[in-house]
Amino acid sequence: MVTNEVGYNSKVEGEVIVTRADAVVNWIRKHSVWPMPMGLACCAIELMASAASRYDISRFGMEVMRFSPRQSDCMIVAGTVTYKMAEVVRRIYDQMGDPKWVVAMGACASTGGMYRSYAVMQGVDNVVPVDVYVSGCPPRPEALLDAMMKLQDKIGREPAIKNLSKKPESSLVS
Amino acid sequence: MIDEDFVKSVLSGRDFLSLIHQNDCLTLNCEPESIGEFCLFLRDEQTFDLLVDLTAIDHGTDADIRFSVVVHLYSLIHKSYLRIHINCTDNESPVAPSLSSVFPAANWHEREVFDMFGIQFTDHPNMKRILMWDDYPYFPLRKEFPLAGIDVPLPAADVSEVTGAKVEPAPMMGGPFVSSVTGRMSEAEPRAKDESWTEDIEKPL
Repeated sequence: MVTNEVGYNSKVEGEVIVTRADAVVNWIRKHSVWPMPMGLACCAIELMASAASRYDISRFGMEVMRFSPRQSDCMIVAGTVTYKMAEVVRRIYDQMGDPKWVVAMGACASTGGMYRSYAVMQGVDNVVPVDVYVSGCPPRPEALLDAMMKLQDKIGREPAIKNLSKKPESSLVS
Repeated sequence: MIDEDFVKSVLSGRDFLSLIHQNDCLTLNCEPESIGEFCLFLRDEQTFDLLVDLTAIDHGTDADIRFSVVVHLYSLIHKSYLRIHINCTDNESPVAPSLSSVFPAANWHEREVFDMFGIQFTDHPNMKRILMWDDYPYFPLRKEFPLAGIDVPLPAADVSEVTGAKVEPAPMMGGPFVSSVTGRMSEAEPRAKDESWTEDIEKPL
């Protein structure tokens, strides 16, 4: 018998695996995050680079960029959010199905960045709840991948049914 | 060729024009009533058929003539620029004639000038804001407007109600933020020009 065998052993456990529901659900969720590229400025170029072959975001199961909020789990806000655009970002966020996460990519989406101006919202967290902030102007693809891995860790830690019990009071669309 | 003869021939018989001496290119001041007809002449007879830019200047709240519209034309035959200033007579609600019938490219430029300076262009086919949202109450490039902005409600009332977000002055913290040209690149990230003051510590006089 092989001594370093780990996990499921059909001889010992038959055809039954015992685990926590959270562990299974989160394991599924975190390895198929479908991002929605909210590309608003130059960070979107780095976002495209991280999806291309050199950096290859599909290693983490995130290559399915969906351009429809109905089909995506994670909004990557890549770029400068102006006050005029903030409304659109929020509406698109509301159209995403639960569970959903938001990554603020780059200095502008996180804090307004270099745009201390009358036209630019000082951080997208004014309108949507952000899970991970990425520094950089723009961040390198490695930084985005690191953020996505941190997001995976976060998804793995949270209770899987928390969104079922959440009331949709913060939503604009019913 | 843009030489003295050309300038003389353009100016002669057109008392609505006056010459402004600037070093880079031929600069003329034109009365607002005649600008349309003059631009047609420049476009069709003098080959200045490329509208490079149309913008405006705010000369300050105390100036006699506060706003002037500035038009840059280029001639591919002369290989030369021509600048035209048009003074807006009314300082409170400035008005200028639209050039969008002569140069279609002027359409959006004039909307931007209206958006930023509040200059109304008469006979413009679509005189509304192009960058800021329609209900925005200020004109951001006017001299009295602070760079950081002014408190106004968010354009979408329902989003504002749910999130509590609003349009508020950006924290300047001694800005604007610029990067230094000299020195090591690792230290050249944009930072406040004057770090002696922030929103909490008053600017020393």
